Amino acid sequence: MTSPPVTGPAAVPEHRGGPGPARFRPRRATPAGTARPKRRGLLKYWRQYLAISPFYLIFAAFSFFPVFYSLYLAFQRWDGMGTMQFVGLQQFRFLWDDPVFWLSIRNTLVIWVLSTVPTLLGALVLATLLHSVRRFKGFYRIALYVPNVTSIVAVAIFFGAVFSNNFGLVNAILGTVGISPVPWLSNPWLIKVVIALLMTWMWTGYNMIIYLAGLQAIPTSIYEAAKMDGAGPVRTFFQITVPIMRPIILFTVIISTINGLQSFSEPQVLFASNAANANLGGPGQAGLTTLLYFYQSAFLNNDYGYGAAIVWAFFLLIVVLVVVNWRITTRGRKG
Amino acid sequence: MTAVDDTTHRAPRARRLRRPKGLTAHIVLMLSVVISIFPFLWTIVMATNTTQDIYKSPPKLTFGSHLLENIRHVLHTIDFFGSMFNTIIVACATTVLVLFVDSLAAFTFAKFDFPGRKVLFGLLLLFMMLPLQLAILPQFILMSKIGWVGMLKALIPPALANAFGIFWLRQYIENGVPDELLDAARIDGAGFFRQYWNIALPMIRPALSFLAIYAFVGAWNDYVWPLVVLTNPAHVTLQVELAQLNVGHTTDYSMVMAGVLMAALPLVVVFAVFARGFIAGATEGAVQGT
Repeated sequence: MTSPPVTGPAAVPEHRGGPGPARFRPRRATPAGTARPKRRGLLKYWRQYLAISPFYLIFAAFSFFPVFYSLYLAFQRWDGMGTMQFVGLQQFRFLWDDPVFWLSIRNTLVIWVLSTVPTLLGALVLATLLHSVRRFKGFYRIALYVPNVTSIVAVAIFFGAVFSNNFGLVNAILGTVGISPVPWLSNPWLIKVVIALLMTWMWTGYNMIIYLAGLQAIPTSIYEAAKMDGAGPVRTFFQITVPIMRPIILFTVIISTINGLQSFSEPQVLFASNAANANLGGPGQAGLTTLLYFYQSAFLNNDYGYGAAIVWAFFLLIVVLVVVNWRITTRGRKG
Repeated sequence: MTAVDDTTHRAPRARRLRRPKGLTAHIVLMLSVVISIFPFLWTIVMATNTTQDIYKSPPKLTFGSHLLENIRHVLHTIDFFGSMFNTIIVACATTVLVLFVDSLAAFTFAKFDFPGRKVLFGLLLLFMMLPLQLAILPQFILMSKIGWVGMLKALIPPALANAFGIFWLRQYIENGVPDELLDAARIDGAGFFRQYWNIALPMIRPALSFLAIYAFVGAWNDYVWPLVVLTNPAHVTLQVELAQLNVGHTTDYSMVMAGVLMAALPLVVVFAVFARGFIAGATEGAVQGT
């Protein structure tokens, strides 16, 4: 990413007055060889520090500090009003024995697999096809990307209407073929399928655009050479396109892992849960994702310590999954 | 590695085969476009008919004439324009601030060296990967400590911690703003902030417009944080209001769908207008980001 002339901060003083176009140059060049006192050196950069400070201040206050404060909270018992009480690992022990937590983890993982696999495969196929055609390219790109700019709330309401057990369009269509109504929004598996379909619809176009960018960066001479050697389209795809695209595929796998495991709004809106409706996550809690369970514990039950424990346990799970995914995706290259 | 005469045999055959393959590609792509566009059309169908028409078996499949009536119901049931106004304010404020904060930091990271630069940027990359949900609960506690719970301004600071914007703009500035130009400006006596404002900013306008749409869409569609922090039901954003419309009125689908249509349409229009530049920007960022 960075070009060779870049020098690390430690090496800067020697290079500063030297010849050659240093890419990142200080505002005022100091004569070569003059060592400046450290404090003056830092003060000299006050404009740069001032320029990046707004971001880092906001970041520290609203991201950095909260992330670690939630770790601290996970070892407390607190309802947000009274006094905080240190309980050690009790919240995590509780979590370990909590069947609803494990149910939510299972739900999240199933929804994640059911949505990520078709999303990424579909995106790769569509990107390859889109890369191969000449006409209507711009139209396809825009039309396939549009789902991603629609709000999850609107999409979830729409899916709820279309997959409604009694009056939904899907069951109406199935009815005309003579199939009896399918309980889309009450069967524990079908609930997950509907949520996964929703996410697939929203994210395929997004990933397609990323893959397309990768495909466009592959020089056509490679394909011409493959064709000269007599490789068919399928073989070209698996032996040239996929290996070259590996870093980009890895990138999308990681992004989808992080995004896909954070499903919250979809089941929350789909099953119209609010404080009055205890049935969070739909019938049998089949759509209760971990973040939805966190929301319920922290903001509906005001159990801040437990909520914090849930998100941290969940975060560790995401880390494990990202590492495993990374391993799987990069293994072929080393082997 | 086959013999030369073999390859000359194959080349014309491959060319002859490509035509039907192109057709299949178009068919598959067209079908995908239909799937991707269909929900919008079907939302319009549902929003322009009465609930009875939708519930009928088989349901009515054509556009109806009850749109205005349904819209009137929506306006009657929820404070649509009030919440939309809230959303517009928040989205605009967030977008402007994100553009300023991120471009200034990105410019600094791309074109200047200063002690700690690498560490600070690495920190930024690291935290770009942290799931924001880890921070929601303490953010809420923080907001209640400073008394911002229930207020629109509570939505803005968390949205400003946008590490992606800095990362993305930095790539663009590094290649898009020539060093020579900054040198020339410096010789002419332009200080750091003049170089940023008068030279870098005008040159990175395409990147800024991409980030603007990205930030605006994100702020417009945000749901989780507004749901948590906007505790006053009379003062919420459009997405929260829309979800409420769905909770209370599941029996009146055509009205709910009219609300969905009204809430989704402005953004789809904005996207359609800027789509070309936006997708070009997204593509560029994706290639450079990996």
